[in-house]
Amino acid sequence: MPKILAFVEQRGGVLKRTAGEVLGAARRLADGGGSGEVVAVLIGHDIAATLGAALGPLGADRVRALQHPSLAPYSGEAYARLLAAEAALAKPDLVLFPASAMGKDLAPRVAAVLGVGLASDCTALEAGAGGSGFAATRPVYAGKAQLKVGFAASPAMASLRPNVFTAPSAQPGRSAVVEAVTSDPGALRDAVQSLVLAASAKVDLTEADIVVTGGRGMKGPEHWGLIEGLAAALGAATGASRAVVDAGWRPHAEQVGQTGKTVSPSLYIACGVSGAIQHLAGMSSSRVIVAINKDPDAPIFKVADYGIVGDAFEVLPRLTEEFKKLKG
Amino acid sequence: MRIAVCIKRVPDTETKVRIAADGKSLEPSGVSYDLSPYDEYAVEEALRIKDAAGGTPEVVVLSAGVGDAATQIRKALAMGADRGILLKGDLPFSDASSAASALAGALKELGADLCLTGKQAIDDDGLQVPAYLAQALGWTLVSVVTKLELKDGKALAHRQVEGGHEVVEVPLPAVITCQKGLNTPRFASLPNIMKAKKKPLEEKALASAAPRLTVLGLALPPGRKAGRIVGQGPDAAPLLVKALHEEAKVV
Ligand SMILES: Cc1cc2nc3c(=O)[nH]c(=O)nc-3n(C[C@H](O)[C@H](O)[C@H](O)COP(=O)(O)OP(=O)(O)OC[C@H]3O[C@@H](n4cnc5c(N)ncnc54)[C@H](O)[C@@H]3O)c2cc1C
Ligand SMILES: Nc1ncnc2c1ncn2[C@@H]1O[C@H](COP(=O)(O)O)[C@@H](O)[C@H]1O
Repeated sequence: MPKILAFVEQRGGVLKRTAGEVLGAARRLADGGGSGEVVAVLIGHDIAATLGAALGPLGADRVRALQHPSLAPYSGEAYARLLAAEAALAKPDLVLFPASAMGKDLAPRVAAVLGVGLASDCTALEAGAGGSGFAATRPVYAGKAQLKVGFAASPAMASLRPNVFTAPSAQPGRSAVVEAVTSDPGALRDAVQSLVLAASAKVDLTEADIVVTGGRGMKGPEHWGLIEGLAAALGAATGASRAVVDAGWRPHAEQVGQTGKTVSPSLYIACGVSGAIQHLAGMSSSRVIVAINKDPDAPIFKVADYGIVGDAFEVLPRLTEEFKKLKG
Repeated sequence: MRIAVCIKRVPDTETKVRIAADGKSLEPSGVSYDLSPYDEYAVEEALRIKDAAGGTPEVVVLSAGVGDAATQIRKALAMGADRGILLKGDLPFSDASSAASALAGALKELGADLCLTGKQAIDDDGLQVPAYLAQALGWTLVSVVTKLELKDGKALAHRQVEGGHEVVEVPLPAVITCQKGLNTPRFASLPNIMKAKKKPLEEKALASAAPRLTVLGLALPPGRKAGRIVGQGPDAAPLLVKALHEEAKVV
């Protein structure tokens, strides 16, 4: 009967999509071990009433909503301190996080406070193996291998790669007990002074369900309208190869690959990207890969599920038009 | 002022991964090693801080692990770091707490105002040594930093988050993890490579700690099934859309 603590991410009072993924994984492991319990932990300001009720249908049995005005912006130090205290109180067998920007910062802090091991950015999690009863699988060497680890101490801790664990559909009939707790984190050394969001409210790369990436084959930043047009037709995020970022055509935040972001969307469309090993490292776990390249021997075709051999400048406008027709 | 930089020796990005006979580790033959790319940003940032302060801060490079990491320390010395400390010993793969406790022990002895690391080592992609390190030292931590300013005993950092960046101010001493975009690492000139050979590199045995993770296995990822070329040129566009809609069902 495993007890699982799941950190549920919200920003600005809005639940992240990963909430369903993390709670879904927690529910599956809790039920697999025979009527275990899933405790969701929400941290922020004024969130219990607005967000708490949504978590039962996603798989939580109990919701701990830790609230305080100074918790409205993320603070790694405060969030870690509170979560470690929750873990000490609940004594879970497993603590789960999303491997989002926030989760990647937070999970190792909590693991360090508790002095336990953490498996970061996992793509699979199972019960019944390893010292504490869980085994986690995670990509290493930039996705060129998969490492399976067990945990020497309890609780086991893992962060889950976004888009990999499917969120079960919400069960409206399920409800959770929501406990709103006033949690003053006390003095903080790392208060966030401001959050600066990029002007465009585009979908973020690592959270996107579809990613359209442009490489050096796009010839210059003035042609990015073609990439953006296709992305807009699909509601996709845009990415870039390192060659493009190094040339200054696109910001580094858009780089996909070993020294950029790792993405696992359900559809990845690479345009004018050769498919260097360092690029593949960042996107080869995508569910479906499409390549558009004028060179039939480009290595990207080796990992692509579907390819078009042709000039991106001719193919992209037509493709955008066809997708618009489909969605039309 | 003293700046410590933690660097790791990792298989270079071109490495074709093969699994060793034990089924738990990388087959080492034929692998060439390099400084983890994010650690280069850490070294560069330390050197910029040093240069901006008229050369007074001392930049000390630390690495824990196999003895061969001396090569990567020399690379950082050739870029301009002042001296190196190599903590020699076997570190269990991907066990962050072992690496961090070795580094923390050395850092406590050394004393520093700032510790710079990479945001991620590109072998275990562990994303956690800096957090364990900060915890062990009782220092603040700012991760995934793309801009850093030091002033009056404080660090003002921009950290990358989804869709933008956060501006965070923390008191020193702090552990800061470096992300691409922070700077452009310099190349070592030949004279500096020669000079680096004479810079001090102290070797110590690392104090080992009980691992918190156990490796159960290392495997190659499942291969992707063969794909197909749907056609040539713009006329293939409708065929692709049809395949994605009806066959792959992703749009
Ligand atoms: C330490 C290290 C880390 C790295 N990290 C990354 C990383 O994180 N991400 C990354 O992407 N790379 C990374 N790289 C770089 C990588 O090795 C490649 O250099 C890079 O990915 C190439 O980018 P590209 O595919 O856009 O350009 P190119 O390799 O130049 O490929 C351009 C492609 O466009 C095609 N093309 C040209 N014109 C057209 C047209 N009109 N229509 C259609 N196709 C066309 C060409 O056939 C070619 O295949 C790294 C390298 C190193 C050494
Ligand atoms: N064995 C080590 N020796 C020195 N620094 C390390 C070591 N392991 C990790 N680091 C530092 O911690 C960062 C993050 O590593 P990781 O947590 O493994 O992703 C690296 O970029 C290095 O700066």
